[in-house]
Amino acid sequence: MKRFRRHAHESQRERLKQELFHFNKTVEHGFPHQPSALGYSPSLQLLAIGTRSGAIKLYGAPGVEFMGLHDENAAVTQVHFMPHQVELVTLLDDNSLHMWTLRGHKGISELLEIGRFMLTGPPGAPPSVTSVTAVLAHSSGELLLLGTEGGHVFVVEVPGFRELEERNISLDQITNSIPDDYLGRRNLEHVEALVENPINPSQVVIGYGRGLMVIWDLEKKNAVQHLPATQLESMWWTEDGSHILSSHSDGSYCRWRVGGPEEEEEEEEKSDIPYGHFPCKAISKIVQLPTEEGPPFLLFNGGMPRASYGDRHCITVIHGKTHVALDFTSRIIDFFVIRSGPQHTGDPSALVVLVEEEVVVIDLQTEGWPVIQTPYLVPLHSSAITCSHHVSAIPLKLWERIITSGELQNAHYSKKPWPIMGGQNLAPDPPQRDLLLTGHEDGTVRFWDASGVCLKPMYTLRTATAFHTDADPNDNMNPSAEGEWPPFRKVGCFDPYSDDPRLGIQKIHLCKYSGHLAVAGTAGQILMLEPNDEAAEHTVETKVVDLLQGQEGFRWKGHTRLNVREDPVEFPAGFQPFTLVQCQPPAVVTALSLHSEWKLVAFGTSHGFGLFDYQQNNNVFVRCTLNPSDQLALEGPLSRVKSIKKSLRQSFRRIRRSRVSLRKHHANNAAKIQEANARMEAELAEMELAPVQRKIEARSSDDSFTGLVRTLYFADTFLSDSTHHTPSLWAGTNGGCVFAYMIRLPAIEHRADEPVTAQPAKEIQLMHRAPVLGIVVLDGHGAPLPEPLEVAHDLARSPDMQASHHVVVTSEEQFKVFTLPKVSSKMKLKLTAVDGSRVRRVGVAWFGSSRTEDYGESGLVVLTNQGDVHVVSLPHVKMQVHYPCIRREDVSGIASCVFTRQGQGFYLISPSEFERFSLSTRFLVEPHCLVEPPFHSAPLSQHQPEPDGAHRIPQDGEEAESTARSIMEHALLNDEKVLQEIQKSLEGDQTSFLENSMKSAVA
Amino acid sequence: MSRQPPPLQQRTPIKLIDNTVEVKSKYEAEYRRFGLKRNGSGGFREFYRLIQTIHHIHGIDVLLGYADIHGDLLPINNDDNFNKAVSSANPLLRIIISKKEDEPVVYGTNSLQRRKKGLSLTGLRPTGSGSIHPKNKSGLMIGPPKNFRQISSIIDVDILPESHRRVRLHKHGSNKPLGFYIRDGVSVRVTPQGVEKVPGVFISRLVRNGLAESTGLLAVNDEILEVNGIDVAGKSLDQVTDMMVANSHNLIVTVKPANQRNNVVPRGSKYSLGNSGSVGSAGSTGSAPSHDSPSPASQSNPFTASSSIAEGDSEDEEEDGDLILENDCLRAHNPHPVTYSNSANLNRNSPHYGSHGSSGGKSVTQSVSMPNSITSTLSYNGNLNHSASGSQDSMKEDGNILTL
Repeated sequence: MKRFRRHAHESQRERLKQELFHFNKTVEHGFPHQPSALGYSPSLQLLAIGTRSGAIKLYGAPGVEFMGLHDENAAVTQVHFMPHQVELVTLLDDNSLHMWTLRGHKGISELLEIGRFMLTGPPGAPPSVTSVTAVLAHSSGELLLLGTEGGHVFVVEVPGFRELEERNISLDQITNSIPDDYLGRRNLEHVEALVENPINPSQVVIGYGRGLMVIWDLEKKNAVQHLPATQLESMWWTEDGSHILSSHSDGSYCRWRVGGPEEEEEEEEKSDIPYGHFPCKAISKIVQLPTEEGPPFLLFNGGMPRASYGDRHCITVIHGKTHVALDFTSRIIDFFVIRSGPQHTGDPSALVVLVEEEVVVIDLQTEGWPVIQTPYLVPLHSSAITCSHHVSAIPLKLWERIITSGELQNAHYSKKPWPIMGGQNLAPDPPQRDLLLTGHEDGTVRFWDASGVCLKPMYTLRTATAFHTDADPNDNMNPSAEGEWPPFRKVGCFDPYSDDPRLGIQKIHLCKYSGHLAVAGTAGQILMLEPNDEAAEHTVETKVVDLLQGQEGFRWKGHTRLNVREDPVEFPAGFQPFTLVQCQPPAVVTALSLHSEWKLVAFGTSHGFGLFDYQQNNNVFVRCTLNPSDQLALEGPLSRVKSIKKSLRQSFRRIRRSRVSLRKHHANNAAKIQEANARMEAELAEMELAPVQRKIEARSSDDSFTGLVRTLYFADTFLSDSTHHTPSLWAGTNGGCVFAYMIRLPAIEHRADEPVTAQPAKEIQLMHRAPVLGIVVLDGHGAPLPEPLEVAHDLARSPDMQASHHVVVTSEEQFKVFTLPKVSSKMKLKLTAVDGSRVRRVGVAWFGSSRTEDYGESGLVVLTNQGDVHVVSLPHVKMQVHYPCIRREDVSGIASCVFTRQGQGFYLISPSEFERFSLSTRFLVEPHCLVEPPFHSAPLSQHQPEPDGAHRIPQDGEEAESTARSIMEHALLNDEKVLQEIQKSLEGDQTSFLENSMKSAVA
Repeated sequence: MSRQPPPLQQRTPIKLIDNTVEVKSKYEAEYRRFGLKRNGSGGFREFYRLIQTIHHIHGIDVLLGYADIHGDLLPINNDDNFNKAVSSANPLLRIIISKKEDEPVVYGTNSLQRRKKGLSLTGLRPTGSGSIHPKNKSGLMIGPPKNFRQISSIIDVDILPESHRRVRLHKHGSNKPLGFYIRDGVSVRVTPQGVEKVPGVFISRLVRNGLAESTGLLAVNDEILEVNGIDVAGKSLDQVTDMMVANSHNLIVTVKPANQRNNVVPRGSKYSLGNSGSVGSAGSTGSAPSHDSPSPASQSNPFTASSSIAEGDSEDEEEDGDLILENDCLRAHNPHPVTYSNSANLNRNSPHYGSHGSSGGKSVTQSVSMPNSITSTLSYNGNLNHSASGSQDSMKEDGNILTL
């Protein structure tokens, strides 16, 4: 292979590169950042979320996902599906309307923007006249009613956005048809809401901000009825068309009887302030849904007593005697109710609430209204993500154990299946089981199924249970006291508050074969865990390791060690800790590596690194890498990189504080102090205003944090001579230094009692002194050494131990290949000196050729501080391809990036979302899904829902296509109307989707 | 003899308790070894006579030089530098004797390790042993005065536009910081479409007593055009910073000086200083006024400009000066006694291993290998490092490498 490569022609290599590498951003996992609008189509069973950055995301059955982005960088304020169609309309806060459709293309659906529209008023009119405040997608599927700030209602034909001027409902028309006694008193203000009569599509009710509601007949173009009320927030027309509910800014809602056109008198049937007596906040949305037997469901958002619970985010659900105020942890954006039954007209089955940080789905059919676990849209950031770790190809056994442990944790969730099942997931089953582990600020490690398009939560590990923390264990676990009013119930899992920042997880290493898990955190703690299928009570063995080795004369000014619980602790089923190593000083753990075959774990901090034998619970050795003059590393925690500005500000505050304390003693110096303060403030301001300049200086051994350990690596290779390979530990520091230690393991039968020993073997000081980010040993074939236990499980070819090994050291600035056992530089690739970018993340990946099954090669995948991803070949360290991936300003995105062994990667595009990308032509995880248009649009537009079951469309299942065909045939043979409809649509372009599915049905 | 403990700290010569200095002197192909009293050795004249006696070269005028701890060739021509040479001998004082009639030896940082690549560009030819070409551009011999160490040079004068200056900063062997800062700014370029404002990177500050300031070749508000032959157009301030730091051991910056009155006028140019007009081979400025920057030479004249880039690459060897310690017998850090089944192999290079290990590692033997490239350079300069050549046990330090 090597020879082939060496002699290959350049063009041949280029072709090979095309077969091996291809860059794709495939799917976004997690919860959209800053959602601003929610829409739902009962007929498509699709959920749409618009965001403040102008993105629109559609979700159906797990795996069915679509994403679109508006060209305008404006927030999406409203999303409306066109009833019974595959189109949806979005309103942005720049007052533009956009039409999107799901169009079939090569057997899968794509979300496309097919039109945009901006309402134009009469010349000279103020902008408020055309500023859209309310949108009604009419059930005919052909009309949009747009209520504006000026009080007019514009009628627009869709798709195509043709203004139907003759059908507009102007303010004048309204005022003319309403008795003067009402108008004389009030200005109507903007259109707050537009609601269609569920049983008579020609009637709509127009709600004005001031409170007037007018029922308008679109056909006859006259007002049918008007209902005067106070400041309006929202309206709801009950399903039988007999009543209108209105909610108001004072926390009240009213029920109005809708009379026939001849009944002119207005009647306020019922008015209520549910959380009354004291002033209440507005009820911003109200929904009432009937049940087949029993009382209706009433749901509303807000209305809490202003003074005592004004800061709560609540949705109240009232059903008969049951009354619950669901209390969310973040602001409510919108909610809707899913109804059961084939036509989605049955009893309410689930309440879907979009809050700022998550989606919560409540099962309304099960006693106690439990929460349904979401298969997607999961808030990754329920506590802030501090690190992530990806493990490919998990063995089935471990996978099942994790799932079982997770199920035990999720007992409180509803057993009902996920209610939103629109579209078909056509993506093939993932070829392997991949696990993404995220470490969080509160000390939890979350296990996610990252095999497919849906990032599904599997299991949550809490490391905090092993420690004493300040938090009271029964803090907010107590259910609310009996008889509390309002009857609050906490829902949702978004909880950004960490009890103790020291618990934060910094590094994770999981061995997929043995199930051993090493988790390291902010306070220098390294926990060793192993899976246990049953809950168990035991104490955790603790060892304190001094990394300073007697370095004198400094005081650690950072946080203290975590207090370990010495009494036996009850650990739930799942991963249970058995050993704890605590570094002293308790600085944040910056590097971690686990070798489960040797039962060794290596850890590093800013002070040094150590090797721990977790079979014997014994520390093998410690190496202090600290430069004694490095005060910064000596003193403080490096949990967060401080900006100069911030530290300046902090020191300034500290000085001021000390001055304040001084003032107590020397009151007469007050004037002087003030003067000094003013001067300092001016200096500080000047510093902040000074132009950005960068110091040009060679890295020096005296720089701060040169001793910080950046990477640790275990390898079985040739360190002493070329005939005997031995286990070894490699460590790379921030100061460009590489240490190699030779490890001597006792024979297997004496592994438990003879000590493991280690001896320093090599040290490489890179002259350019850039931080060492990665170390990889290549075998005789130039392939990276396999992972521990991989060969033992027959999952990897055993490494070539005949030819000589090489070690590849990746620093921030260059890639260098050294020979082994005699270390001498063989090859290198300079990055920074050539293009000014620095390596931020590096990983080893295997790339398979897309053309032939049996060809593949390993390479280094690299992310630079410019946000570009590169592939560097092994063992020749030649640049292969590079693609822009992340914006260079997106520092947190670059810092969060994690690579998989198959050339994929994840990075955070917001605190709550991972973007998945792939550099491989062979391994791609991207949504493949199809959404069929609802065929019963035609009959429904005739206002006669047909009882005939033939018009129901199966939403999923393997035989969907055959069913669709039979439906088509049925429709073609029996229903003239449908036939006409299809023929008509064949001429128009907007339903080419239908055409597509027809073709496939015929084929 | 040479199995001495390595110096514990860089640049701090160890004072030997022994008062004798080993001297190894070389004249042409002859070596002499002798001892010298450290304090009672007298002055330069006495030493000069001693050398003449030892080498039997009475009546021949010679120049004396010695290799200092950084491997630089420095002159001995008065009492002061003679005493310095003796006091810094570590432990061996290597003396190089050359005839006065020969071309002057170029002293300084480059002289030992980079003479062949570094200086050839400036038109200087090193005094290679036996490879003397007196006819070679002797007229251009404007090398640095003998007794100074080179810290900077203006290079590629003949291929750059007159308004540009390519400056090389020699960080080697000096403790001085590079000592400058850069900032973002706006540069005015002349393009076929007319005058255009483009973002540029400028020197914003020079640190007092820094290398950049002491050269006098760089000034505040000079625009940075290239770093080691790579155009910085379109690169962010941070990228340029990183490029400079990555090249800091041998930094070559092409600047457009803010002050255009001190430009170097290439040999043969008829134009007076500050005059506008095309320049020699570069010729890219055309009729544009000199204060308008033409595109950098790398664009206008890629063939010639490539020489500097290639030259930048040739510095690679320099960078491979990573220090590699094959610590086969370093003090074990673990308290347990180490027993190896294959210890025979392990200790192949270190016969003293056992005793060191048991005695707690009082004196540590290290085998230090230099990368091959350096070794080859050393052998090229074998006349200076004859004692070091090939010997694994001796310690050869480059000034920029940190020992343990």
